[in-house]
Amino acid sequence: MSSVAPADLPVGKNLGSIEAAEQAELAPSGTKAGRVKKRLTSRTATVVSLIIAILWTIPTFGLFLSSFRPAELIRTTGWWTFFQNPGLTLENYGSVLLSTSSSSPQLGAYIVNSIAIALLGTLITLVFASMAAYAFAWIKFKWVNWLFILVFALQIVPLQMALVPLLQIFSTWLRPMQAWLHDVVPIIPEQNYAPVWLAHAMFGLPLAIFLLHNFISEIPTDVIEAARVDGATHGQVFFRIVLPLATPALASFAIFQFIWVWNDLLVALIFSGGTQDVAPLTQRLAELVGTRGQDWQLLTASAFISIVIPLIVFFSLQRYFVRGLLAGATKG
Amino acid sequence: MTTADLLGKLLQVVMGLAILAAIVGLLMFFIDKAPKKGRDYWQLAGFLAPAMIFVAVGLIYPAIRTSILAFQTSGGDWTLNNFIWTFTQPQAIRTLVNTIIWVAIVPLFSTAIGLAYAVFIDRSRGEKYYKVVLFMPIAISFVGAGVIWRFVYEYRSGDREQIGLLNAIVVAFGGEPVQWLQTDPLNTFLLIIVMIWIQTGFAMVLLSAAIKGVPTEQIEAAQLDGTNAWQRFRNVTVPGIRGSLVVVLTTISIATLKVFDIVRTMTAGNFNTSVIANEMYTQAFRASEIGRGSALALILFVLVLPIVIYNINVLRKQREIR
Repeated sequence: MSSVAPADLPVGKNLGSIEAAEQAELAPSGTKAGRVKKRLTSRTATVVSLIIAILWTIPTFGLFLSSFRPAELIRTTGWWTFFQNPGLTLENYGSVLLSTSSSSPQLGAYIVNSIAIALLGTLITLVFASMAAYAFAWIKFKWVNWLFILVFALQIVPLQMALVPLLQIFSTWLRPMQAWLHDVVPIIPEQNYAPVWLAHAMFGLPLAIFLLHNFISEIPTDVIEAARVDGATHGQVFFRIVLPLATPALASFAIFQFIWVWNDLLVALIFSGGTQDVAPLTQRLAELVGTRGQDWQLLTASAFISIVIPLIVFFSLQRYFVRGLLAGATKG
Repeated sequence: MTTADLLGKLLQVVMGLAILAAIVGLLMFFIDKAPKKGRDYWQLAGFLAPAMIFVAVGLIYPAIRTSILAFQTSGGDWTLNNFIWTFTQPQAIRTLVNTIIWVAIVPLFSTAIGLAYAVFIDRSRGEKYYKVVLFMPIAISFVGAGVIWRFVYEYRSGDREQIGLLNAIVVAFGGEPVQWLQTDPLNTFLLIIVMIWIQTGFAMVLLSAAIKGVPTEQIEAAQLDGTNAWQRFRNVTVPGIRGSLVVVLTTISIATLKVFDIVRTMTAGNFNTSVIANEMYTQAFRASEIGRGSALALILFVLVLPIVIYNINVLRKQREIR
């Protein structure tokens, strides 16, 4: 999900397009004659949208079906000849997940890596961004606004601008610490998650601060002031009032960041080191394409495994996801 | 993966969480215990410190450093050679041209298809399902999409049965199978299709919501005036969603300028398909030409800059109207 960024979190309650669609469906659609007329005139539209929908699904479906076909059949026949050449198997998934032979993809370790990276890559960003957003919104100093604009402006900087120097910083400062940790706790490899976590947090912060600030600054002043007057410290206001109220915005951004981090390849390529100690699924998959480009029984199953978690997140939390994406941008 | 490996990973996650919690806890503790005098300043500093340190180390300093590196040789002397290389070497020029082709095609087609689809399915039966189908590729990684489409473009030589859908269709119509991804310049366009496939759903969802925001009265008034569907679309809907159209176009343009994963996975930039972001990676991290990589990153920045500024302006105006 890289680089498709929400412009703003909607402040209103239920403005997701899905809800709007539901309402539209419930609304009476005019007289009977009107409905018939609409259906007739929109027949072309229906056909065209059906064609687009099918075109958009076929590639994914082909991969999905192929991942369950025996290797021999994938190699010799197209997946669309499934009914002439039937045969389903779980062997592909078995061989990419469970096989320990050195020639198999051994995805298990990479799945763990992806989960670990996405989990903390999201959490660190979220925690630090919400703290900063609160400060920008509710601890008033004049020059703070300028700082906020600076952070906002940093969204302009493409990832590529930061990669080389950041890698140098990490190898100067972080590498010795990693080596030391490895000496103290041998089961933690010298290549650990720290650089990838930190890089994702650093790159995610400007957008996160901006989005969460938009939401947190809309919390009614009365609520915050009342708590402050009663003697609550900023820390208490932040944890007891702001965070609970901002949960929808936090959830929207968290889903976004999670999918973004999960699907990332560039940051992983540069900061993970590429071994199975740290590298996420995407990196392993890209590597397999390079080295095992013709072994479609491995590629299809591996690709589907890497796709399935963001898809689950997407389908189960679609409402939040769409809401995060929709943003204030659409209200014009 | 052995049990010890798994344990090590688990331990890392736990330690990461513990460190994060400790940092936040300590900050909050000291914020609340800050001296009475200038307490607000201490509190502000406490809340902002982690994010500001991250941003300074991870973005501000590196961006400045990259800008300097772009004008230096590997020995540290000042030079313009990195840029001269970018604008004179045929291979590098091809990279720039490819990027321009990408950015000229992807936003236009994604937005057009997304808009048409959004209009066609608006208020139709099963709109929700139609949407999900087109939107799904957004959740799929570019790498995953690359594999999906490599499978579509797969080529089998000679008389062997084709397993790639595209070649199967070509053969069914009596043609010769083509090595799609190796054929320049066709391959660039085939990679572009993958990006369009991903971005159309994004355009569709945003535009669909915008269309629902167009007041029904305006549409009905136009209907009473005897306009046909196309006229209503041209003169009522499109002006009504103009702001969203601009945001969609610019957002997709920025994403397209930075496209990396698709090219990396499908051709690795071979066969004349490289784009700036991919070439930047190749130069800086594969060929150890830090200067050239930095120059390419700087060029990317300069290309993105005007679009982002325009985008921000549009957003700001919208907010003022609201």
